[in-house]
Amino acid sequence: MKACVIVFPGSNCDMDTFHALKTVAGFDTDLRWHRDTDLAGYELIVIPGGFSYGDHLRAGAIARFAPALREVAAAAARGVRVLGICNGFQILLEAGLLPGAMLRNDTLQFRHQWVNLRVDSNATPFTRQCASGQVLRMPIAHGEGSYFADDETISRLQGDGRVVFTYTNDQGQAVPESNPNGSLSNIAAITNERGNVLGMMPHPERCSERVLGGEDGAMIWRSLAA
Amino acid sequence: MVIRPLAEDVDPEGETIRAGLRDLGYAGVSKVRAGKLIELDIEAASEDDAAALARDMSDRLLANPIIEQFEVTVRENLAKTVIPAKAGIQKP
Repeated sequence: MKACVIVFPGSNCDMDTFHALKTVAGFDTDLRWHRDTDLAGYELIVIPGGFSYGDHLRAGAIARFAPALREVAAAAARGVRVLGICNGFQILLEAGLLPGAMLRNDTLQFRHQWVNLRVDSNATPFTRQCASGQVLRMPIAHGEGSYFADDETISRLQGDGRVVFTYTNDQGQAVPESNPNGSLSNIAAITNERGNVLGMMPHPERCSERVLGGEDGAMIWRSLAA
Repeated sequence: MVIRPLAEDVDPEGETIRAGLRDLGYAGVSKVRAGKLIELDIEAASEDDAAALARDMSDRLLANPIIEQFEVTVRENLAKTVIPAKAGIQKP
């Protein structure tokens, strides 16, 4: 698997993600600068977490005009797998590669904690090694992660199996107490129609090794490699 | 331009400010919307051209139509009040 991590000014999960992809997953991984315009040859492009361009205006709003993002959009259209983690998810929303928008957390707090995630779809290249309904534990760390879209979009996402992870309790039940940020329907991750672009707020790169307190994040890398 | 949340359900900040005002004793505040004010100096042939440019910028970047609405106001000829460039920081 040939992969790259796009680095923006203000990215801060780029090296963790690079480590997870290269060392844990064993992918042939490059770091690519946000001004790079040649992303040909990659089978996986990851947009990492952080605060690209200082989160000015709205999280992800400026990054979507980075030259590399044009290439990411073109690659996504060719069917290349694109994974946006946290700020990467926000960028994919602002770029229109995924539907909806992120609001500030309903608590107005920056939430950094472990969450339980129910796998709602294992029919994606990112989750095919998971069991449907399986509960994974991953950390989140964000201030603007309250997923919002109009009712029609939410129904379509749910109806088409495009909600990939939902914030739940450890029994896999999506209750209000398990929602860390006010996301509609406890949505934590969604894909595009074709299923090759995934946006997720939790950080799999922070839980891919036992020493980090959890290994559930590695399910994503194992699925991609499968 | 003024950028506002489309509705209360996309404005957690406004709702929290409202709760803070209530706690301060301002019980009569039923709604708060918190948005952004963005001021631009634009060189354009006319007010209409300047407004069209500002709307285009809002559509493409400054506002997110899924959660926000915007309003553009043009104030003509602010250049008169602008400090001449030479009046900037003088080199020692």
